[in-house]
Amino acid sequence: MTEEIIIAGFGGQGVLSMGKILAYSGVMQDQEVTWMPSYGPEMRGGTANVTVILSDDRISSPILHEYDTAIILNQQSMDKFEKTVKIGGTLIYDPNGIIHPPTRKDINIYKIDGAKKAAEMGNPKTFNMIILGGYLKIKPVVLPENVKKGLEKSLPERHHKLIPLNLEAIQLGQDSIEAVHLT
Amino acid sequence: MGELKLMKGNEVIAEAAIRCGCDGYFGYPITPQSEVMETLMNNRPWETTGMVVLQAESETASVNMLYGGAATGKRVMTSSSSPGISLMTEGLSYLAGAELPCLILNVQRGGPGLGTIQPSQADYFQCVKGGGHGDYKLIVLAPSSVQEMHDFVELGFDLAFKYRNPAMILSDGAIGQMMEKVELAPQKARWTDEEIQEISGSWATTGKTKDRKQNVVTSLELDSEQMEQNNLKFQAKYQEIQKNEVRYEAIDCEDADYIFVAYGSSARICQKSMQIAREKGYKVGILRPITLFPFPTEQIAALADKVKGFLTVELNAGQMVEDVRLSVNGKKPVEHFGRMGGIIPSPSEVVTALEQKVIGG
Repeated sequence: MTEEIIIAGFGGQGVLSMGKILAYSGVMQDQEVTWMPSYGPEMRGGTANVTVILSDDRISSPILHEYDTAIILNQQSMDKFEKTVKIGGTLIYDPNGIIHPPTRKDINIYKIDGAKKAAEMGNPKTFNMIILGGYLKIKPVVLPENVKKGLEKSLPERHHKLIPLNLEAIQLGQDSIEAVHLT
Repeated sequence: MGELKLMKGNEVIAEAAIRCGCDGYFGYPITPQSEVMETLMNNRPWETTGMVVLQAESETASVNMLYGGAATGKRVMTSSSSPGISLMTEGLSYLAGAELPCLILNVQRGGPGLGTIQPSQADYFQCVKGGGHGDYKLIVLAPSSVQEMHDFVELGFDLAFKYRNPAMILSDGAIGQMMEKVELAPQKARWTDEEIQEISGSWATTGKTKDRKQNVVTSLELDSEQMEQNNLKFQAKYQEIQKNEVRYEAIDCEDADYIFVAYGSSARICQKSMQIAREKGYKVGILRPITLFPFPTEQIAALADKVKGFLTVELNAGQMVEDVRLSVNGKKPVEHFGRMGGIIPSPSEVVTALEQKVIGG
């Protein structure tokens, strides 16, 4: 199994940490992982993205130009990454702030109201975990108990009291994601 | 098994330095390697192992602090990225001329000039061929994974002290910034004064005792006859390094008709390109130099007898390709493919280059 993922959105949405938690969850189940962030000028301009690869085998290139799954959290990222999803691959997006929704018919598209649900939970910082939950519902690449371990490993100990809240957000994400059928 | 962590290449350099018993780090921040000093500062090793971590006022200052520290027989290191390494090159020549063991990390970014902060391999000539003045060589290690970033810190120090020569880890922005699984080595103690005396007492400035002559660390020798003797000694040492320390990885070269020669992050891209090429029916292998000096000349020469052609893949306009051509010595075609300015080629772009430049050429 190899899963090649791009997560892309605004700085501050928790894109990089979401990727890190996913990668750590992979480590917890003995997978090979790479996590490659954008660290260049685009990051300084406010957008952020990270490529995460989970695999049972040695990982070749950590930098990719097409992906099994794209998780897209703003319009700029939609413009840039919708076309990079492999045919038959998966695109997950949050419609908040999306003016031009995805149009491709050769991929599987899902949407999740992460920003809205996070506001409903009363904690906007749970946004990235809601999105992660939605992703894991569609692509259960890591086991729930390993996500918990991944959270424990990637969060500093002083934040461990927030793990139940994060797990709740992941569950909410799993319950909220829905398929988009283009006609 | 050691401790398993998910870390950035740059962070791992800091962890590995503390764990292998490094005595001192002197550096100046520059993207994409600033996490090295950030991680060192966060870990506060001066409270545990006694390692000194110092942010100097410039790269020029860092490299001269390195000279001072290395002259006392301590295990000291610095890190920077391309423009910063340019500022250090005078110091690198002095370190080589004074035969001072130390470790330098270059996390390359695109040049020339201030260039870009994205990954590049355009410092090959600078780091492998000299950069500074005079006939000198650095021992150059090229990691292609986060684990190798970790492992090459201790290896770099070991080789530096074995040969009394500066060693460099030549990495790039991709390997420095990405996180992978890494097994961290157990903590080792720093060398005691007695150990330093035993290992480097014959040359290091550890404090003169009554029963020996003073040790003088310098690269200056105004007597030309003696300066030539010094150079001959350096050259003999470089030949010894070439004979003993070549490291490389050969991936699927046994049945290969075509060989990618690539190091660092390019070698990772080539692994994916190799899969694509093999699916297309081309028998492709990879020769990945792990040491850039000493270069795996003989191993490439041996492959030249059995394959049809070579493609070097580098994030530059064609630098290592010259060493591959010298190794192949005209027996087979050697072509180059590269992107510049911080652009990383896609694996399929590399396969297209192979088809157009080598297979079809």
